[in-house]
Amino acid sequence: METLIGLLVAAPLLGAAVLLCGGRRLDRTGHWIGTALAAASFLLGAVLFADMLGREAGDRTLSQHLFSWIPVGGFQADVAFRLDQLSMTFVLLITGVGTLIHVYSIGYMEHDERRRRFFGYLNLFLAAMLLLVLADNYLLLYAGWEGVGLASYLLIGFWQHKPSAATAAKKAFIVNRVGDIGLSIAIMIMFTTFGTFAFSPVLESVGETGEGTATAIGLMLLLAACGKSAQVPLQSWLGDAMEGPTPVSALIHAATMVTAGVYLIVRSGAIFDAAPTAQTAVVTVGAVTLLFGAIVGCAKDDIKKVLAGSTMSQIGYMVLAAGLGPIGYAFAIMHLVTHGFFKAGLFLGAGSVMHGMNDEVDMRRYGGLRKYMPITFATFGLGYLAIIGFPGLSGFFSKDKIIEAAFAKGGAEGWILGGAALLGAALTAFYMTRVMLMTFFGEERWRNAPTPSPKEPSVEPAAETGGEYEVPHPHESPKSMTVPMIVLAFGSVFAGGLFSWGEAFVHWLEPVVPFEHGHPPVSALTVTAATVVALLIGVGAAWLQYGRKPVPALAPRGSLLTRAARRDLLQDDFNHVVLVKPGEYLTRGLVYLDHKVVDGAVNGTAAAVGGLSGRSRRIQNGYARSYAVSMLGGAAVLVAATLLMRAV
Amino acid sequence: MNPVNYLYLAALLFTIGASGVLLRRNAIVVFMSVELMLNAANLALVAFSRLHGNLDGQIIAFFTMVVAAAEVVVGLAIIVTIFRSRHSASVDDASLMKL
Amino acid sequence: MSFPLLTAVAALPAIGAVATAAVPAARRTAAKWLALAVSLATLVLAAVVAFRFDPGGDRYQLTESHTWIADFGVRYELGVDGIGVALIALTALLIPFVVLAGWHDADPLEGTEPDRRWRPTQGFFALILAVEAMVIISFAATDVFLFYVFFEAMLIPMYFLIGGFGDRAGARDEGEAAKQRSYAAVKFLLYNLAGGLVMLAAVIGLYAVTADQLGEGTFSLQAIVEARASGELTMAQNTERLLFLGFFLAFAVKAPLWPLHTWLPNAMGESTAPVAVLITAVVDKVGTFAMLRFCLGLFPEASAWATPVVLALALVSIVYGALLAIGQRDIKRLIAYASISHFGFIVLGIFAMTSQGQGGATLYMVNHGISTAALMLVAGFLISRRGSRLIADYGGVQKVAPVLAGTFLIGGLATLSLPGLAPFVSEFLVLVGTFTRYPAAGIVATFGIVLAALYVLVLYQRTMTGPVGPGVERMPDLRKRELAVVAPLIALLILLGVFPKPLTDIVNPAVEHTLSDVQKTDPDPEVEAAK
Repeated sequence: METLIGLLVAAPLLGAAVLLCGGRRLDRTGHWIGTALAAASFLLGAVLFADMLGREAGDRTLSQHLFSWIPVGGFQADVAFRLDQLSMTFVLLITGVGTLIHVYSIGYMEHDERRRRFFGYLNLFLAAMLLLVLADNYLLLYAGWEGVGLASYLLIGFWQHKPSAATAAKKAFIVNRVGDIGLSIAIMIMFTTFGTFAFSPVLESVGETGEGTATAIGLMLLLAACGKSAQVPLQSWLGDAMEGPTPVSALIHAATMVTAGVYLIVRSGAIFDAAPTAQTAVVTVGAVTLLFGAIVGCAKDDIKKVLAGSTMSQIGYMVLAAGLGPIGYAFAIMHLVTHGFFKAGLFLGAGSVMHGMNDEVDMRRYGGLRKYMPITFATFGLGYLAIIGFPGLSGFFSKDKIIEAAFAKGGAEGWILGGAALLGAALTAFYMTRVMLMTFFGEERWRNAPTPSPKEPSVEPAAETGGEYEVPHPHESPKSMTVPMIVLAFGSVFAGGLFSWGEAFVHWLEPVVPFEHGHPPVSALTVTAATVVALLIGVGAAWLQYGRKPVPALAPRGSLLTRAARRDLLQDDFNHVVLVKPGEYLTRGLVYLDHKVVDGAVNGTAAAVGGLSGRSRRIQNGYARSYAVSMLGGAAVLVAATLLMRAV
Repeated sequence: MNPVNYLYLAALLFTIGASGVLLRRNAIVVFMSVELMLNAANLALVAFSRLHGNLDGQIIAFFTMVVAAAEVVVGLAIIVTIFRSRHSASVDDASLMKL
Repeated sequence: MSFPLLTAVAALPAIGAVATAAVPAARRTAAKWLALAVSLATLVLAAVVAFRFDPGGDRYQLTESHTWIADFGVRYELGVDGIGVALIALTALLIPFVVLAGWHDADPLEGTEPDRRWRPTQGFFALILAVEAMVIISFAATDVFLFYVFFEAMLIPMYFLIGGFGDRAGARDEGEAAKQRSYAAVKFLLYNLAGGLVMLAAVIGLYAVTADQLGEGTFSLQAIVEARASGELTMAQNTERLLFLGFFLAFAVKAPLWPLHTWLPNAMGESTAPVAVLITAVVDKVGTFAMLRFCLGLFPEASAWATPVVLALALVSIVYGALLAIGQRDIKRLIAYASISHFGFIVLGIFAMTSQGQGGATLYMVNHGISTAALMLVAGFLISRRGSRLIADYGGVQKVAPVLAGTFLIGGLATLSLPGLAPFVSEFLVLVGTFTRYPAAGIVATFGIVLAALYVLVLYQRTMTGPVGPGVERMPDLRKRELAVVAPLIALLILLGVFPKPLTDIVNPAVEHTLSDVQKTDPDPEVEAAK
């Protein structure tokens, strides 16, 4: 069985290699190869899962040592895999959702001439993501970590001819790199402290070192998680990442890659348990981000950007739960899985809407679409109910548990975190209801040509249609697209209930992820009631604004907060003023300095020598008589000197 | 006669020679002035030889004469060549190391 | 007496250089094929050296020793340790690609009929082979004087390669380009000669010290190291420090280390891409190699004394080079500044004095050679198509020439040390090796990885993505010859990134020896983790 683990990674990796090196002759079959290999990886995962279920709970960890990667002195990095319940959960999520999205992309990318390459990149992503969750040491995890960053870069910038896509891809990679500094430094501290960076020895002996070291490692890991999972303050890339094709947003920027930060924190739970300061930092980041993302989501008109804000916010929930320690780890992972289902479903639904609407993303140009795309409406609707936490659906179970755990943190901290989580739940209900109402209900605003606005370039008529407005003909998407959406909708509805049945999910993870029951200061039922009330308030507020009144086709100016939220709460303006501009000045200054001062010193020396020789050259004028004078003078000086020496 | 007077004469001749070298432009004159300086030196050598009562100075004077003769041969040849190509014997005209 | 293998590896390209130069003017193509054949044969010999080398054996192997100048104790002494083997292999490996990439770089300009005596093509390839021979001798020399001679002698062919065969594509106007070129060549020569001169003084000083204390002067590295270890040879503190500085200055110019770096962007910018590769991937490595072998081996105490300053300079190089790379408008100068940043990493690793640091630095030399060669040669192909080195003149290349753009991206990703590609292994080793002893330096150096991402991706974005720019519309994709240059380099980058063990196995013992020279051991972990 162990030998199959490597194959999990190898299958999509082979697909990427074949598709990217295969050239044009694979253009016709490439997408089938890619999908088949993704499915093969999923089947392997299922086989391993079945095998794992067949064994005792304490004996479910498999490991495979492939080869020694970097052996230098005490530094021994191996290519070795570890498949336990935690990584198994991820393997199934990644390969399962991944395969569905491969299938969806067959239809979605049908008219793209570079479809083969798209599938190559998707396969590369799967391989890197599986490497990330299967690695048994931090360095190999780091390799997968950067690998998914690369795949994300390639896929965000897939339509490279658009400057905005290329810029967004670059931004995503660089912001992620800032986070990667954290992971590198964490590994260095681990090596310096423990002499190793494999999971088990580090996590087992973390108690033997001081709290300071554990805090340092924890904070560095948190930095890494912030980068990958788009948490404040490294959140700015996720919104722009929506420039990529929608299946990419669904797979990478919703269901899997962005949750890697949560995986990292939960995997390193022992380190955070030993470092309360780092845990406080984690919950703070989680709480701030869940509100940040939700506020941004409330103001955006671009459907994908709303979903991006929502993703950020939901991952904020997971990070918050992961920062709570053993009372939250399992729920963080549970929410991660259910979120994987419903958010991927929502994104695919958004893609399906765009597919039928000439790639329009502005929700103010939608409206009343439920008649035209019933399957999309139904699946999107189920995803919607799941994400807002409608009782009985997936999101309800996982989110409610997190809110409960947040209150259970205890003291003022517990109240603040719980309050933030509740507020987040209300906001989630608000912005998701807003999306539903603006997209599928109300007037059919897309029938009229958009009125151009000088302030909002996004609603200007598309340049490629030459100013002529072409009324879209909304239609349902092909089967290859709707089937994955239906499957994901099933997951959105039932996964949560299944996982919570007798705490099945918690017990499944317990051998690797420690679990404790949290004890909130009020009864669990009260928390649930409060969650439902928050949800109703959010839905009601949205209905008052977007359901009862017609939605203006042009965005109103809005309050100061709305305008700030539309600009992602000024994150880019902040980065621009604090980082980009000074950086530009620094670079320009240094270029000038290098030329004028460092190089100038050298050239100056050369010029000084040149000038000196120019002066001395004048003495050598070629006139024999002047040489004779200097000889005479020299002789006279010599004689005089000799005489003087004698005299003295 | 006091041999020191010969030294005065040598100094005088040397000065005349040196002034000639420095002040005249004609290569031939410069050349003769150089000869004058050499002979002034010879005179001084012989005078010293007499003063000190050994023959070293006179021997060196013979050497100087031989060198001067060789110099005349080479020097005159150069001057004649320069004169042929430039139609001038001025030393200032030949300030570059080429013709 | 066994076959003098190391001499053969160096002699083969030297003979090849003479033979190539002697090819008649009309047979230009024959000269190219001859040069390629010779470089490939050298590669085979270098592979034999690598296989004959036993990592578990003596420190220096395949040794040869003959008297050269008996009066001054100068010997023709060759021998390689693992570090030398790795770098000889790198050199022998890169030269065939340099030759192949420069296939048309020295062709006579179109429309001009070459006269029978002027043979630039033959000269170009002969000079490349001559550089190869000298570099290989430098990597194999264990006699300080022998090393010095070839360390300096390689400046001569490099001078002609830079000044004589400029980047034609960048020539806006031939006169201006020729002026820039000769400026770059003279700058290169003067910088390196100045460094070499100081080193000559130190070499003579070293001889004087050994002659004074051992009774008989010697330049033999092994003899001096042994005498120092046994206490026969002791240097006064100041003498040792001065001698160290003399050696180090020359190597720091060659490496190049901030603030002695300004010759590199000029030289790499003005020369053709293959020559730029020769400079940064091959010749400059002699500088860092010599720091490791001669500075640490001959002057261990002075090396420890200078470590804080050298580390600071290395850190400045890393950050400064990267920041300047971001600010460049010229593709080749950008790569040059990126190299300065990378040389900072190499020097950092060497002077961190840990097995990870020095092992990483050695791997870095090899990996940086391969990755820069890949990036620079593709950049050269790009530049030769459009006839401009300015980044602003490109845009949207990805659309018209996807393979070119793809290989450029892989070269760039290697430069920014993406895991899975070879430079990651070495960069991470250097960082970890530095961190275990100097945590602050390790953290500062880590910022280099963000800056690297910035300059590589900005370069890629501006040249390859976006709408197709003017002058780019009809750009052809990579040709067969060009693909034959790039594909093996990329394969090597991946291979050494995934499975670097064969290389680390050769390098590790040599690093242990070097560390024992300076009497340092790796710091122990704070907690001995249960393994």
